[in-house]
Amino acid sequence: MAAYLSFKEIWRNKGRYLLFSMVIALITVLVLFTAGLGEGLASANKEYLEKINADLLVFQEDTGFSTLESRLDYNTLKQVRRWEGVADVGAIGFSNVTILFTNGAEPIDVSLIGVEPGKPGAPPAFEGEALRSKQSKTTIVDGRIAGQANLQVGDTVVVKTTQGAEDEFYELKVSGITDGRQYFFQPSVFVPLEIWDEIRPKADITNNNAPLLPNILAIQLQNPAAKIEIGQYLESRVDNIEIADIKTTYEAAPGYAEQQSTLNTMKGFTFLIGVLVIGGFFQIQTLQKVAQIGMLKAIGTSNHAVANAAILQIIFVTIFGVAIGGLATLGMAFGLPSSVPIVFTGTAVLIAVVALLLIGPIGGLVSIRLALKVEPLRALGM
Amino acid sequence: MKTILETNNVTKIYESGNLVVKAVDAVSISVQAGEFVGLVGPSGSGKTTMLAMLAALLQASDGSLKIDGYNLSEMNDIERTRFRREKIGFTFQSNNLVPYLTALENVELMLRLNKKYNRKSRQHARDLLLRLGLEDRLDSLPSQLSGGQQQRVAIARSLIHDPSVVLADEPTASLDTERANQVVGIFADLIHEQNRAGIMVTHDLRMCKYVDKVIQMVDGRVTNIITERAAIDQLASSSKLAEAPAPKAKPVQQPQSLLAHAMPNLVGAAG
Ligand SMILES: Nc1ncnc2c1ncn2[C@@H]1O[C@H](COP(=O)(O)OP(=O)(O)O)[C@@H](O)[C@H]1O
Ligand SMILES: [Mg+2]
Repeated sequence: MAAYLSFKEIWRNKGRYLLFSMVIALITVLVLFTAGLGEGLASANKEYLEKINADLLVFQEDTGFSTLESRLDYNTLKQVRRWEGVADVGAIGFSNVTILFTNGAEPIDVSLIGVEPGKPGAPPAFEGEALRSKQSKTTIVDGRIAGQANLQVGDTVVVKTTQGAEDEFYELKVSGITDGRQYFFQPSVFVPLEIWDEIRPKADITNNNAPLLPNILAIQLQNPAAKIEIGQYLESRVDNIEIADIKTTYEAAPGYAEQQSTLNTMKGFTFLIGVLVIGGFFQIQTLQKVAQIGMLKAIGTSNHAVANAAILQIIFVTIFGVAIGGLATLGMAFGLPSSVPIVFTGTAVLIAVVALLLIGPIGGLVSIRLALKVEPLRALGM
Repeated sequence: MKTILETNNVTKIYESGNLVVKAVDAVSISVQAGEFVGLVGPSGSGKTTMLAMLAALLQASDGSLKIDGYNLSEMNDIERTRFRREKIGFTFQSNNLVPYLTALENVELMLRLNKKYNRKSRQHARDLLLRLGLEDRLDSLPSQLSGGQQQRVAIARSLIHDPSVVLADEPTASLDTERANQVVGIFADLIHEQNRAGIMVTHDLRMCKYVDKVIQMVDGRVTNIITERAAIDQLASSSKLAEAPAPKAKPVQQPQSLLAHAMPNLVGAAG
């Protein structure tokens, strides 16, 4: 009965319900893009760290978990490596460079990440080979760069860096290709730490014997579950360090929290608008139908059926609108260049879809209550 | 004849704040199967309240109502809803039809509600609408029908599910005289043919020519019950519109007694 009434009503008022579904579709597009952008920006920020094969990261003390400010000396690395519970340690250095391609592809700004071959922080190679030698000028490149510049294992790329006042060029052989590992909104190029130290941009080139200073250390633990205890222990025992887990680190990245909270606020408001629009629509609709609902109840339609008809309509219109909006978003996503930081596969987008499906029922609650409260006596004009 | 509907001292008191209105005051009436009753009276005399109680839409404050063996004051909300669906046929003054259902679907709605929607009953719905002169409007939406056509659809709906009692509240209020006559005429025919108990509230006394019994109410009380054919016809033809205030009860009583003496044969034949 409820299904019959609700679908007949939708069918005979196709235009109105379609229009309304379109409003929901637009809200869906807006929410999904906001969620996708949030996910995309977040991942552009943290992709490398999120995938890193480490449990804890070590920073220089009082640098606020900033990979760029932190500088650690080799002594620290040796100390940390010795502690019980630490399975392995790798030093990592970060800098920004431009890479040029011999095949004529456009130059790309990348994060140049120095890692110790075989140690925590070094990426796996999904094609070709992982970094092996400490001193060879080989590189593992981010899958994104490989795709964008059509790189193959064995190709050569050129890193352009500034040494003092001069631009210098270094050739690197691509030994392997890894997956997407962006860091600081840039795809990454991995080189052995010593090569990194040699080619990274330097303002001062007079001191050739300056010691190698990596930015951070990545620690693998024998028992990752004990990372909080071991972290605190290490911090108290080794001078001049602070320790954070992966999540703490990327959340502390400059602008990360602000960016995410701005996007979450936008999402929240869009949801609120959705709830209010749907609520308003169905409420007005129900108010217009008071006489009719009274009549239906008077001739013996149960309250149950009246409420179910209303719920079915709300659910149907919401699902239809969200589906249209979702498809439209998907269509638009295919048209976007890969450099736009929007990711529609993350859990945030999934959660957004579920939440969008809930705004109908939540917004419609008031109208269902209204429908339930209509007295059948209304039919007699009483 | 079988008594389908019977009330005994039914009373309805509305209380809002310290204002107490006795809308229906100790009304005892009965209606037989196949009997079409007109409930008349000035505005505010309690007709609609009476109808609402008979329809199990409103609880009586006192007294008893029995319809087809059911004691209305003993039912809970769910039972009342079911009772209305199964035992009562309704025609209202306005907003009778579901706007997004066609004429035929509106009639069939009653069958669906009662889970009697099948090939045979659907054919009945069509036949009934044909009978009401709506053969080419079966698939029209209410908005595409005239007021009279809408009321005829409502009448079909009020009869399709084999109800015991058919109730109509001012079914002709929005119709012109000609259409009102058409609608009520065919309504009366169907009630007689199908042997239903019918009650029509109207303030248009002219419509009484189609009924078998007139119950007059004033201030919540039944002041007069007319059963003689001639007296009813007299009442129907003598009045232009029925909204004359209270003294109406008396002039009606006179012709009734007069007629009863003057034309005993006719009255007898009518009964
Ligand atoms: N819900 C209500 N609350 C209070 N008084 C009411 C209510 N409904 C009707 N009444 C009063 O009851 C009396 C009878 O009303 P009603 O049954 O509508 O009469 P009629 O249908 O004959 O015009 C009137 O005095 C009316 O004002
Ligand atoms: Mg009334």
